[in-house]
Amino acid sequence: MLKRVGYMLVTLFIIATATFFLMKTLPGTPFTNADRLNEQQLENMKAKYGLDQPVAIQYVRYLANLVQGDLGMSFKFMGRSVNEVIFERIGPSALIGFQALIVGTFVGLGLGVVSALRHNSIWDYTSVTLAVLGMSIPSFVFAALLQYYLGLKWGLLPPALWKGYEYTILPTLALSVTVIATVARFIRTEMLDVISQDYVMTARAKGLSETGVIVKHVLRNALIPVVTMLGPLAVNIMTGTLVIEKIFSVPGLGEQFTLSIVVNDYSVIMGITLFYSLLFILMVFVVDILYGLLDPRISVRGAKAK
Amino acid sequence: MRRKKKGLSLVIALLMAFTVAGCNFNSEQTNTQTPAPNNGNQTAEPTAGKKVLRIYDSDEIPTLDTAQVHEDVSFAVVNNTMEGLYRRDANSQPYLAMAEKHDMSPDGLVHTFKIRENAKWNNGEPVTAHDFEFAWKKVFQAAGHYSFMFETAAVLNSTAILKGEKKPEDLGVKALDDRTLEVKLEYPNPLLNQLLSFPTFFPQKKEFVESKKEKYGLEFDTVLYNGPFMLTEWKHDQGWKYEKNPNYWDKDKVKLDQIDAYVVKDVSTALTLYESGQIDRVELTSSFVDQYRDKEGFLTIKDPSIRFLRFNHTHPALGNVNIRRAINLAWDKQGLTDVILNDGATPLYGMVPGGFFFSPEGKDFRQLNGDINKGTVEQAQEFWKKGLQETGLSEVKVALNLADTDTQKKVGEYLKNQLEKNLPGFTLELKSVPTNQRLELEKAVNYDISLSSWGPDYSDPMTYIDMWVTGGSANRMKYSNAKYDEMVKQAKMETDMSKRFQMMLELEKMLLDQDVAVAPVYQEGLAVLQRPTVKDYVVLPTAPRYNYMWVDIAGQ
Repeated sequence: MLKRVGYMLVTLFIIATATFFLMKTLPGTPFTNADRLNEQQLENMKAKYGLDQPVAIQYVRYLANLVQGDLGMSFKFMGRSVNEVIFERIGPSALIGFQALIVGTFVGLGLGVVSALRHNSIWDYTSVTLAVLGMSIPSFVFAALLQYYLGLKWGLLPPALWKGYEYTILPTLALSVTVIATVARFIRTEMLDVISQDYVMTARAKGLSETGVIVKHVLRNALIPVVTMLGPLAVNIMTGTLVIEKIFSVPGLGEQFTLSIVVNDYSVIMGITLFYSLLFILMVFVVDILYGLLDPRISVRGAKAK
Repeated sequence: MRRKKKGLSLVIALLMAFTVAGCNFNSEQTNTQTPAPNNGNQTAEPTAGKKVLRIYDSDEIPTLDTAQVHEDVSFAVVNNTMEGLYRRDANSQPYLAMAEKHDMSPDGLVHTFKIRENAKWNNGEPVTAHDFEFAWKKVFQAAGHYSFMFETAAVLNSTAILKGEKKPEDLGVKALDDRTLEVKLEYPNPLLNQLLSFPTFFPQKKEFVESKKEKYGLEFDTVLYNGPFMLTEWKHDQGWKYEKNPNYWDKDKVKLDQIDAYVVKDVSTALTLYESGQIDRVELTSSFVDQYRDKEGFLTIKDPSIRFLRFNHTHPALGNVNIRRAINLAWDKQGLTDVILNDGATPLYGMVPGGFFFSPEGKDFRQLNGDINKGTVEQAQEFWKKGLQETGLSEVKVALNLADTDTQKKVGEYLKNQLEKNLPGFTLELKSVPTNQRLELEKAVNYDISLSSWGPDYSDPMTYIDMWVTGGSANRMKYSNAKYDEMVKQAKMETDMSKRFQMMLELEKMLLDQDVAVAPVYQEGLAVLQRPTVKDYVVLPTAPRYNYMWVDIAGQ
């Protein structure tokens, strides 16, 4: 377990280092009006923010601050710390991401189970078609369609902005499409695989009810790959997706991340990257624990299963 | 069986934790339930006799600290909620605002401002001369992005402070008493009044700033307002609300009661909100122009930003004036703006764009100097032949450095097509790079030709002219003409406005007609969709561009 935490820290360190040096190769300065500054003024600005130092020294300073949990101040949002920038925006991103995950997982699960049980029926084909469409059409197309029809044309839901709970529904739906498609596909394939296993036949021979067989044996075993993939997917959609947030004007983190790269807001780029990485690493860890719950043969401590 | 239950409950607990977290975040939002928008194009519910303007901005406000503001979103907010010694009217001409009187010494070096008696902050306290002195010195202490504006204004010692030779306390500004501010200049500057309307010159109340410490300017209530409006709500990355400032000295001219501003980062989303009746004005990008051209409320406005080609004057071929002139003449500028761009942009035959800069007699700069380097392809080919002879080259192969935006790529392709067709032996290779990279390459003069842009810093032709002096920070192409440098210097100190304007006209001719230093491409346009009920929405040519003070909503 300790070893595991050690690995996680090493991973974070490597990510921090790589991002730092990659970021320093970005052209330009974090000063939006650099276009208008002469050498002297640019020097003054750089000196003010410690950017006149060699990159190696900047790196050491950055790490020293990082160890103390200080991610620095944003260049764009002057006077605000990176922590503030992140925590002011993670809320809305996490909310729609989480809702999309719930909706997506349950609907996807339903579709997957139906198509596996009614293999090669009209239900199966419908659900497979839906899943393929969901995977292949980018989510911003759904977002635009939802916004146009539900928001503008029929006026059922607010088309954009962020003023109350009903404003979260459209972004949630748009975001859940990918989740539905992914979950449905995995569940279907895995269940079809599991259903033909010997132990399922044994369970049926024991005289277990059909529901019992499906829930306790088939579904449980089919869930393992789904959980593997849900972990990273959860991090992805809960930390904000650029396009959905932009289309629905959600005050989230995803959009900010892209913008910070465009304007060379060094400390925010680093902060958000590290924050994503940390969540990702934690999620992988949680997924490993969930494996153990789904399949007792897999243990986080033991080396045999991995 | 038991294990499974435990697993299930763990999963549920985890989900619950997320839900709770989610709810927490949500409770930060307002509880005001806004009714779903009406169907169709109706304006949303009128707010009980109040005049409300609903607009959007493309990003969050970075800061409201006038020493630090440096981009359009905060400029717009600051210009509408705060005020300097001067404010600009709808024609971008400065008028006395916080100051009621402005006296100048005969040599034009000492300026004395009398602050209005009824100039107040929104908390009721008077705006004093000390507030100006404090705020101006603070710009240097904080190394503000626009500290160079003091240098442009020629405030005494500003250059020395920027160079580190003097301290911010030495700046040539002093409060003689509560209502008298003395400003000393390095040399007489005809642009001073114009510049004083810029946010970097706005006042700040020392006691208030110090009481808020590092939170100053970061929330709606950690800053004081002395302008037509004040913010009464600011939700980060979502939007903010302006209300009329009851303590504003000129409040009778303010017609709106309230302005709701939302953060909308996508133009197509803004259009959806406009069509569903939730915002009143959208600025279109060129890809939407055709779709909305025939809708009610569509209009195009001239913009003072210009696009032009920088030539590397040290390049063997481009160093030749005839070759540069040939490149200037060899393509159809009208075709570019009318067919390719089609977004309100107009062809540009000069350095100073038309429609914004007028002589003291009221004549447009562009009309006075006329179209420079406008000609036919045949003329271009003659210059081309001559240029090739002079340089001894038979063909010219150069690269065009341009930003990788859709519009700029289109312009680049058009130029390539036209120039290669019309100038025999000319090859133009397109090199699109991110905007930042384009700028870096320009600063290092590491390009052949660069498709560049410039927007004015202040409302005067000088902002397009003094950039070309030898070694100037915006020159970026090693252009150098000693006569030009000398005349710019003279013009900057000339206080006879008519004479000064004449000098600027001559300077432009020297730059383009005689030296053909750059090739102007086009003047940008702004296509807008604006609800017909919105009146007197003023867009000024230079930052801060928006002034909502005079906006009126008809029929309410």
